[in-house]
Amino acid sequence: MFLKKKQTFTDTTFLLTITISLFFIIYLLSIVFLGDKGFGKIQMFFNLFNENAALIVIACGLSVVMITGSIDISVGGSTALICTTCIVGLNKFGLNFTTSLLLALAIGLTFGAIQGFMVAYLEMQPFIVTLAGMFLGRGLVALIEVNQIQVSNPGFEELSGARIMIPFLGDINKKGMFIQSKLEYGVVVAIIIVILMFWFLKKTKLGRNFYAVGGNAQSALMLGINVKRTKFYAHLLCGLLAGIGGFLYLFHTRSGSVQQATGLEMDAIAASIIGGTLLTGGVGNIFGTLFGVLTSGTVLLVVTAIGSQDPWWSQITRAALLCFFIVLQSIICARKK
Amino acid sequence: MQEKVLSMKQINISFPGVKALQNVDFSLCEGEIHALMGENGAGKSTLIKVLTGVYKADSGEITMKGFEKPLHIKSPQDAQKAGISTVYQEITLCPNLTVAENLFIGRSEEFVVNWKTNNKRADEILKGLSIPAKATQQLSNCSIAAQQMVAIARAVDMECKVLILDEPTSSLDKQEVEKLFTLMRKLKARGVGIVFVTHFLDQVYELCDKITVLRGGELVGEYPIKDLSRVELVAKMMGKELDDLEEIEQEAQALVGKNKEVVLEVKGLASTSGIKPFDFTIHKGEVTGFAGLLGSGRSECVRAIFGADKVVKGNVRVKGEPVHVAAPIKAMKKGIGYLSEDRKGDGIVGDLSVRDNMILALQVMKGFFKPFTKTQAQAFAEEYIKLLGIKTASADTPISSLSGGNQQKVILARWLLTHPDYLILDEPTRGIDIGTKVEIQKLVLKLAAEGMSITFISSEIEEMLRTCSKLIIMRDLYVVGELNGEDLTQTKIMHTIAGGVSQNANQ
Repeated sequence: MFLKKKQTFTDTTFLLTITISLFFIIYLLSIVFLGDKGFGKIQMFFNLFNENAALIVIACGLSVVMITGSIDISVGGSTALICTTCIVGLNKFGLNFTTSLLLALAIGLTFGAIQGFMVAYLEMQPFIVTLAGMFLGRGLVALIEVNQIQVSNPGFEELSGARIMIPFLGDINKKGMFIQSKLEYGVVVAIIIVILMFWFLKKTKLGRNFYAVGGNAQSALMLGINVKRTKFYAHLLCGLLAGIGGFLYLFHTRSGSVQQATGLEMDAIAASIIGGTLLTGGVGNIFGTLFGVLTSGTVLLVVTAIGSQDPWWSQITRAALLCFFIVLQSIICARKK
Repeated sequence: MQEKVLSMKQINISFPGVKALQNVDFSLCEGEIHALMGENGAGKSTLIKVLTGVYKADSGEITMKGFEKPLHIKSPQDAQKAGISTVYQEITLCPNLTVAENLFIGRSEEFVVNWKTNNKRADEILKGLSIPAKATQQLSNCSIAAQQMVAIARAVDMECKVLILDEPTSSLDKQEVEKLFTLMRKLKARGVGIVFVTHFLDQVYELCDKITVLRGGELVGEYPIKDLSRVELVAKMMGKELDDLEEIEQEAQALVGKNKEVVLEVKGLASTSGIKPFDFTIHKGEVTGFAGLLGSGRSECVRAIFGADKVVKGNVRVKGEPVHVAAPIKAMKKGIGYLSEDRKGDGIVGDLSVRDNMILALQVMKGFFKPFTKTQAQAFAEEYIKLLGIKTASADTPISSLSGGNQQKVILARWLLTHPDYLILDEPTRGIDIGTKVEIQKLVLKLAAEGMSITFISSEIEEMLRTCSKLIIMRDLYVVGELNGEDLTQTKIMHTIAGGVSQNANQ
């Protein structure tokens, strides 16, 4: 009976289970051993989301293209471009919250559409195409504004400063006062997107076509799927999510610079992989991606809490984490053969 | 008699330089399993590709029951719409999706997938065809046979009237083949016309109602299965009438080497390629051949001896000494050379010069860290260019600019350079002109006379008869006979291939 059950266990669910358990294990261990360093606080848990809302959305987009068997490394560049362009628009051209959001979406979609067209219809290597996109994004930032800039738009700042107070949850500070936990609005957006994307990939025809194309493009073609269009949509969707994610990044940081969000695309890829998305395509789960972001965010916090200010420790830890997951995935692939 | 569901008339198609199909007719009835047979290059796959819209015929007419006008099939999708489905040897499904999804993906227009009804319907279909798989199971967790059957189920569910199975059994084991056959019979009972392409004669006689034989792009004929014996079928595929086979000259008889030293002895060898355990012995100065139809396991045997496929069973003795041939390099060090069947894929390194291609095997044996000097290599190259009469501008010319025959000679030189005791030549004469063929045959006999043991494999029986003193006959991955001396005639060979008739059949 157990054996039969195991057979219906898909690769996606298997990797997802591991990711989620790993996150909880790491977090619980941190509470036990590093409770005094802040892990005991509930706000710490919420901060994990506050800091990573943008990354969650962007990683969702990366998961989509990776499931389709492609890749997009331009999302860091487009995020930087979105931040700077929106700030210039907000500060100098009278954009408000809504219009700047539309601008961000437009930039993301443009990147997605152009790259998607080149990858899907001109059959170019996605890595190279999006590498060019990444350079273009950063280049355009420098063209618009070389210096680091801040949002100075009262309406936008007010919204961005707003917090959701979580009822009944909070921590007692040193003076013995009860401080309610706060959550940024960006997190709500991110969570809604995760849920929407989960539904989309699981339940819609296009979502399933992503998996089919990533699993075996040739077969997908023979099964009557329009492979080129599916790939194009994957990139377009990734672009849209990069637009939303870029805007959340701005919403959180309220600043923009050429060097902003450097390596964000790699963080997103890493989160997807830790979350159980196969780089070879066809396997992946959005909840896994969410937990991938949270896991690597926790690792970052742990390393800081242990007291090492050196950034390489967090990188080495994440390298180990990635290694672990890649080995796990190749075992799964090897088992098939 | 059942109604005709499909007929193809006077199909012509040519590719640059080749007439792939000439005036080929083919027809299929409802509820009929029809074998399409032919050797390599006979035009089977071309015919199927015309039918499925991959190629467009230059002329000819395809008509199907239910369509008033002749069909114009432009793409695989067109073919599917007309009710022609194909299941290929390699499974064209998505391994990462569930069985149910593989049945339905790409077929519905709805934006949201209803998993519940899909899974329910899928289970009904699977149950109806007794396919051992569950709707919610991931496809890659099913056996290859079950995956094959899911592909068939998809075709059937799309209401196909014509189902083409292109070598569906080549990667299945015996029980799986049985299951597949049960499914095919079920479909036959439902009135589906099935075109079955296979190399396995036993399967044809077990299952099919009719046979259409193609050879060299032309139709040989269509026969009810009971009117065509196995021997006749083999003869038709090979293009030999049984009567005029007797007058073949014998040159190789002097070389029977019974009392000479055993160079290589193989017992119960089997490899991952699916070849069944076989025994094989070769003496010093002997030329043996492996004969059989395409796909019978000729090449797989020698690949196992050379360690090119992973050996799973059996042992090999070289000059009486047990050897574990785990990889080609080990075989090479024991004095075995192997000229592979696939010249382009396994043999030549296109961008390297003639000289570098020649010394490759010798270099590997010597070790990469002790390179030959250029003078040494040049001396080797010049010696063999002269010896084999290779037509090349110089030893520096890239091998890819040489003709096929000359490329083959370079590869031959590569192996001769290593001075093997035992040389395996797998289809060394394929695709080269007749003059060079004769030269290579002569060279084989000369090398044997000098004491080298050689295994020679060729699709042309005459060539084998001319060069070999002993032939191992194969059918469906089994060794079915060994012929030597006066038994080496085309008739005997064909009878042995067809099975059971020759007295020398030892298994």
